[in-house]
Amino acid sequence: MAETTQNGAGQAGSGSAPHTLLGADELILNMGPQHPSTHGVLRVKLKLDGERVAGSECVIGYLHRGVEKIAEHRSYQQFAPYVDRMDYVAAVSNGLGYCEAVEKLMGVEAPPRAKVIRTLLTELQRIASHLLWLATHALDIGALTPLFYCFREREEILKILEKYCGARLTTHAFRIGGLQYDAYDTMEKDVERFCADFLKRIVEYEDLLTGNRIWLGRTKGVGVLSGEDAIAMGVTGPVLRASGVQWDIRKAMPYAAYDQFEFDIPIGKNGDTFDRYVVRMEEMRQSVRICRQAIGKIPAGPILAKVGKVLKPPVGEVYHAIEAPKGELGYYIVSDGTVQPYRVRIRPPSFVNLQAFDKMARGHLVADVVAIIGTLDIVLGEVDR
Amino acid sequence: MTPQLIVFFVLAALAVLGAVTLIAARHPIHSALALIVVMVALAGLYLLQGAEFVAAVQIIVYGGAIMVLFVFVIMLLNAGEEERTSLSRIARVAGIPLALALSGFLAAAVLRSSHAAAQAPVTAASTRGLSMLLFREFVFPFELTSFLILVAILGALVLAQREN
Amino acid sequence: MTDIINILRQHSFLVIALVKCGLLLFILLTVLAYLSLFERKVLAHIQSRWGPYRVGPHGLLQPLADGLKFLFKEDPMPAGVDRFVFLLAPFLSLALALTSLAVIPFGPQPLRFSILGTQYETSLGIVDLNIGLLVLFAITALGVYGVALAGWASNSKYPLLGGLRSSAQMMSYELALTMSVVGVILMAGSFNLREIVTAQEGRMFFGLLPRWNVIAGPFPQIIGFFCYFVAAIAETNRAPFDLPEAESELVAGFNTEYASFKFAMFFMGEYANMITVSCLATIMFFGGWTSPFPSAWSWTHFIPSALLAVLGVLLLIDGIRYETILGKLVLPGVGTALCALSALLLFFAPVNNYIQGPFWFLLKVFIFIFFYVWMRGTLPRFRYDQLMAIGWKILLPLSIANVLLTSLGILKWGLR
Repeated sequence: MAETTQNGAGQAGSGSAPHTLLGADELILNMGPQHPSTHGVLRVKLKLDGERVAGSECVIGYLHRGVEKIAEHRSYQQFAPYVDRMDYVAAVSNGLGYCEAVEKLMGVEAPPRAKVIRTLLTELQRIASHLLWLATHALDIGALTPLFYCFREREEILKILEKYCGARLTTHAFRIGGLQYDAYDTMEKDVERFCADFLKRIVEYEDLLTGNRIWLGRTKGVGVLSGEDAIAMGVTGPVLRASGVQWDIRKAMPYAAYDQFEFDIPIGKNGDTFDRYVVRMEEMRQSVRICRQAIGKIPAGPILAKVGKVLKPPVGEVYHAIEAPKGELGYYIVSDGTVQPYRVRIRPPSFVNLQAFDKMARGHLVADVVAIIGTLDIVLGEVDR
Repeated sequence: MTPQLIVFFVLAALAVLGAVTLIAARHPIHSALALIVVMVALAGLYLLQGAEFVAAVQIIVYGGAIMVLFVFVIMLLNAGEEERTSLSRIARVAGIPLALALSGFLAAAVLRSSHAAAQAPVTAASTRGLSMLLFREFVFPFELTSFLILVAILGALVLAQREN
Repeated sequence: MTDIINILRQHSFLVIALVKCGLLLFILLTVLAYLSLFERKVLAHIQSRWGPYRVGPHGLLQPLADGLKFLFKEDPMPAGVDRFVFLLAPFLSLALALTSLAVIPFGPQPLRFSILGTQYETSLGIVDLNIGLLVLFAITALGVYGVALAGWASNSKYPLLGGLRSSAQMMSYELALTMSVVGVILMAGSFNLREIVTAQEGRMFFGLLPRWNVIAGPFPQIIGFFCYFVAAIAETNRAPFDLPEAESELVAGFNTEYASFKFAMFFMGEYANMITVSCLATIMFFGGWTSPFPSAWSWTHFIPSALLAVLGVLLLIDGIRYETILGKLVLPGVGTALCALSALLLFFAPVNNYIQGPFWFLLKVFIFIFFYVWMRGTLPRFRYDQLMAIGWKILLPLSIANVLLTSLGILKWGLR
């Protein structure tokens, strides 16, 4: 049996004519669209030699709702809640990107107080998104317990969001030009308490996973993506940074209030699943750092810039990208001067990152496919839009 | 009819039935299952003879390890049902008489020696007796056999390597 | 009437064996059901949640509800399955798993009782075979087929992969499993489980430590135990070796296509196997029913009653404060019953002495089962090739080394 596992490694990678162990037929396995570990309705057609992946093809579109088309028939404000439904585990980040894009198009700027609160909430959302990633990623690899721990902490973040704007998942937290709601009275205290707890809790996860031999065995050297490949495929976010490329829009092209805060960009070395894990864990710590800085620094002042009831941006186009939890989330908006955008094109990080899947999965085992889907941290709502 | 005899006949019938199914079944997995039945029935027969150790080892090695390997390979190759063919001419001309002759010889041999075998003391039944035989009296053939198996494993490895 | 009694008397051995089988089966099936509740509860508390608590107080009726659900659910037969094999597989799984427990001895002293003036005597355990250990391994060896055939017969790809995985996995680990106990067999000089335990009776280190195989000379079987335990987890398809039914990869592996009671049979088979290997670990490495304390410490005889009493009082206190009326009635009732049992043991010394062996035995088995659950709550899953590497490259050489070292130890120092 040892041969079964060691054999196909070399040949499967080359993807040549079907030559499998013992001359058996290649097995085509449809993973998904209903499968517990494809994180939604992703369908992966796997060509298997025994359990080794000889090739793969991602079939997407099962969750396509035509978000970009809908935008053309909604006013600028009306479309804002729709973006929450793309990456529905990081709705706040989606909203931030959209609102800032429209602001840029109109040439208005949110007031400083709004900017800091936006940054604070977005970073909380980043932690929530990464927690969900960790929960499902660990579950895919077979560790049951982190799931419940991560959801416990995510719950705290959702509670803060709920207290802030009344919604937990699809928050629609921001408005074009600033905020609708000011920070509630105890928000800073809540965030501070969360940050203090969370730094202790994150150690728990690392106790369970980081040093665990099985975890290391399952993640080290799995789904390696080199920096060049990552850049060539347009991969962004933690996946890119784990491949050793220091690229974070928060630092490179600061938006919101990120230029006021100190934080580090963790990068990996090997570009394997373990590095991506480490990078995301560290990003959560950095997010806590940003949140803690923001708490004391929320300036007084208005929360909404002067924008009219009816938004009519001048004719023109704009591309604005933010560093969403999963990578570069960009909005390209073309305005024809009416109340509705002429065209909205969204660059979703999950969709682009998914391109790397085949490269990462080839030559690995079915069990690794699950780990690789997990480590890419895709949300199908965003891939399909 | 002593209980032993009843058990013997049941097991023997099971073994024969299994063997026939093994040949007649069209799907390799069914054949493999039938073979497992034969193995287990044989183990029961050994047990009836008082050879506990041999019976257990029969199940562990043949029923457990070897047949699992068979089933594994059949599953891995995803072998389908066999086509049923008419008997080839050689089989018809030579096979059936040969099979009959073989059964005749076996029956004659069994009938002739049944008394002598029944009287023979069971030396190899217990684990201790068996190990005494294996590691004292027949240690040379035993080691030779293990060497032979090693050679077979090496041969299989070489063959598998050449494929690549 | 008298005829029937006479016939029964003549075949008392057979009758007693049958009654014992029935009794063990009844207890075992109940234990299996509650084991699932135990696992869910322990897992839940590891994961900072409550676990089942809606059906009955503390979810105590959950197994019943689960059982009923399994019975009444639709039992679909997927298209294109091999009907015979499809039905055979779960049956094999459960039957073999239950059979293997027949050779386990649960206590040292035989049970003596008299019915209608006749004295009977029977051992605790169904059969006492000279080759008990081998029979156990033989049954375990056949147990692979349940999983492998289920995977094949389902006519579906995930189950097929699950079946392939399990046959490869069990084949590899059976070797290590069997080799790892050879040391124990050498030290006991017998395949008989009862004799293996008897060989571990007595004390060492000035009577401080029990002479259990895992620590006692001539060569402590600590390596053997390690190999055995790891291989046993793999053999029972439990986390972190639960690849054949890896939910996140193969959906549910070999049992994807199974529903209703057929699924329950696999489920029960898995738990029964868990109990069997735990029993075996207890017998072979941890002295079976021997107490960890010196026999001179007579107060240790009261540990069972003390445990029962503490448990009973806790239940009583908890029950009075329980939210539901059913809980308020049932929990204190159970608590009182446990306290009464504890008192009974205190006052009837023969009974108390008699249950010492089974008590320690079951306690050790329980600890092993707890370990099983604990590991499931803690560890991620191995990958197929890693699993194979561990089996062939670590466990097998280690267990062979253990056999060699044990033999050398016995040669050098003799059997103690």
